[in-house]
Amino acid sequence: MSLAEGTRPRHIPDRLSGRMGHALRSWELLLLLVGVAIFVANSLLSPYFLSPWNLSDATFNFTEKAMIAFAVAMLIIAGEIDLSVAAIIALASTLMGLALQHGAGTPVLVGVGLLTGLLCGLVNGTLVTRLGLPSIVATIGTMSLYRGISYIVLGDEAFNGYPASFALFGQGYAWWVISWELVIFAVLAVAFGVLLHRTNFGRQVYVIGNNDTAAAFSGVRVQRVKMILFLLTGLMSGVAAVCLTSRLGSTRPSIAQGWELEIVTMVVLGGVSILGGSGSILGVVLAALVMGMVTFGLGLLNVPGIVMSVFIGALLIGVIAIPRLIRLARTGRAA
Amino acid sequence: MSTRRTFTIGLTLAASLLGTTAIAQDDPVRIALVVKSLGNGFFEAANRGAEEAAAELGNVEIIYTGPTSTTAEGQIEVINSLIAQGVDAIAISANDPDAVVPALQKAMQRGITVISWDSGVAPEGRQMHLSPSSNELIGQTIIKLAADQLPEGGQVAVLSATSTSTNQNIWIEEMNKVMGDYPNIEVVATVYGDDLADKSYRETQGLIQTYPDLDAIIAPTSVGIVAAAQAVADAGKIGQINVTGLGLPSEMAGAVESGASKSFAIWNPVDLGYATTMIAYHLAQGDATAEPGAAIPMGRIGTATLDDNNEAAMAVPFTYDASNIEEFKSVF
Repeated sequence: MSLAEGTRPRHIPDRLSGRMGHALRSWELLLLLVGVAIFVANSLLSPYFLSPWNLSDATFNFTEKAMIAFAVAMLIIAGEIDLSVAAIIALASTLMGLALQHGAGTPVLVGVGLLTGLLCGLVNGTLVTRLGLPSIVATIGTMSLYRGISYIVLGDEAFNGYPASFALFGQGYAWWVISWELVIFAVLAVAFGVLLHRTNFGRQVYVIGNNDTAAAFSGVRVQRVKMILFLLTGLMSGVAAVCLTSRLGSTRPSIAQGWELEIVTMVVLGGVSILGGSGSILGVVLAALVMGMVTFGLGLLNVPGIVMSVFIGALLIGVIAIPRLIRLARTGRAA
Repeated sequence: MSTRRTFTIGLTLAASLLGTTAIAQDDPVRIALVVKSLGNGFFEAANRGAEEAAAELGNVEIIYTGPTSTTAEGQIEVINSLIAQGVDAIAISANDPDAVVPALQKAMQRGITVISWDSGVAPEGRQMHLSPSSNELIGQTIIKLAADQLPEGGQVAVLSATSTSTNQNIWIEEMNKVMGDYPNIEVVATVYGDDLADKSYRETQGLIQTYPDLDAIIAPTSVGIVAAAQAVADAGKIGQINVTGLGLPSEMAGAVESGASKSFAIWNPVDLGYATTMIAYHLAQGDATAEPGAAIPMGRIGTATLDDNNEAAMAVPFTYDASNIEEFKSVF
C-alpha cells in the first residue's frame, strides 16, 4: 500500500495527506460497496426494483442534482461553496417561462435557461472574487435574491404550456430505457472527471483548495480559476433548470426548493472534503447513485419521507465516520 | 465474485416474487393516498377515513404516502415509485396542479387510475377531482347553522375576509340565494376583517355596539370566526350572540366550550379520505367511469356526480359542536 508513496514526488495528491492515496481508493470502494449492498437489499426487499423501466424512472431522482453536484464539488475542492444553485434553477426556469410567454421556441428557451445560469454564476463570482466576500455569505444572499425575483414575477401563478419538443430533455428517451437526462448526466460526469483529474486547470483547483496563498505565489491565477468555477456552477444550474422545467412541464417559484442542501450532501457523501483540497468526481457519481437508489428503494417500500431523510443523514455520518474510526483503531493499536 | 453471486440470488428471488404476485388471483386492490406532506393532522385523518373504506370494501390495501416537505418534486418521486409498484389507483392532493401532470400522465398510460382530491390537479393529469364541498353547499350551510339556533328568527351579521376575497364573496352570494327559505332572518350588515385577527375583532366590537339586538354572527373565514368569538366573549354577550361560520376545530374548541359558538362547519377530512378511496376503488375496478354526468358511489356518503370538468363535490360541510369537538380538536 505504501509502495506508491514518494515515487512521484512532484505529484500533488487528490487527498490531503500522502497516506490518503490508500484512502482515496478505499473511500470510493466503500461507497461502491454501500451502493452494491443497497442494490442487493432493494432487489431482495422489493419485487419491483429489478425492472429496467423502474430503474430508469429512479434515475430522475438524482440526475439533475448530480449535474450541479459535479460543479459544486470542484468549487468546494477549491475552498468555496455556492448555496444559490437551487435559486438559480428557479430564476432560470422563471425566465424561460417569460420567454415562452413571448413566443420563444425550444432553442431559445434552452438558450435563456443556460444564459441565466451563466449570468447568476457571474454575479456570484464577482461578489466573491472581485469584492472579496466569503462565498457562503455571498451565495446565501443571492439565494434569496434569485428566488425572490422568481416570486415577484410569478407570485402564486405558474407558467405552463411548454412546447412538446421542449419535453425531450426531461421526458425523452435516447434509446430504450436510457433517458436523455441520463445521457446528459453521463456526458457531464466524464467531462468533469477529465477537467478535474486530467487537466492543468483541475490541478490548479486542488492547489488553490490546499493553500490559495501558496497557489498565488506559484503563479496560479486564483481569482480567475474561482470565477470560472462559479460560472461553471451557474451554467450547470442552468442545464439542470432546463431538464427540470422540461420534466415538470411547468414553472413555479418554489421549483427545486431545498435542493442546495441535497446537492452539498451528495458532494460530501462523495468524499469531497468540505474544507477543500480533496475529492473526486467518481466519488460524486457514486454518491449520486447511492442517494438515488436509497430514496427509490425506500419509496418502493413506501417508507415515509421523514424516515428517508433520517436514513440519508445516518448514511452520510456513517460513511464519513467509518474511515476515521478505522484509522483511530489502527493508530490505537500501533501505540 | 461473491457480489455477483448475491446479485444473481437477488435476481432469481425477485423474479420468483414477481412471478407469484402476477399469478395470485385475489391480489388486493392497492390504492395509494398521496398527500401534500406527511405529519399533517388533516391528512392523517383522511387516512383514517381511507382505512375505514378499505375495511368496508375488503381486499383493499391503502398505501398512505407523501413527501416530507410540500414540494412537487417530492411528490413526483413518490408517484414514480408508485408507478414502479404497479398500484391500482393513485389519489393525490397535489402540491402543484401543473408540475405533477407529466408524472401522473405516465401513471395513466400504464393503466393506473388517477384521481385528485382536496387540492386538485389540472384536468389533463387526472381522471376526476373530488372537492370536499361546493360553493353552493357552503353558502347554504353557513346560513343554516345560524338559523338552526334561531327558530323565532332574528338579526344576523356577516364578518367576511376582504371585500375582494373571491371565495368568501361567492359563498355569501350563494347564501343570499337561499335567504328566501328563512323569512324571519334578517342580514343586517356585512363587514370585512381582512382575515386579520385584530381588525376582525374590532369589526365585531363595532357590530355588537351598532346592533344591540344582534343574534348571530356568520364568519365564513377561519381567522374571522375565532376573532369574532373572542370579541363576543370579551363583551359578555355569550348566550346572546352566537358566532358561527367556517373554522378549524383546533382553533374553535375554546369558543365551543365557552358557548360563544354553538356550532360551526368545515370539511370532514375523515369523510374525504373515505369518499376518495371509494371512488378510486370503483374506477380502478371498472364498475364506474369518470366522465361528465357520471354518478360514482361513495359508500355511506352518497353519490358523486361529475360536472363538465370531471369535478365533483363530496357533501355539505361537516358541522362541529359540543358533541364532537373533543374528538376533532386534536386532528386539525
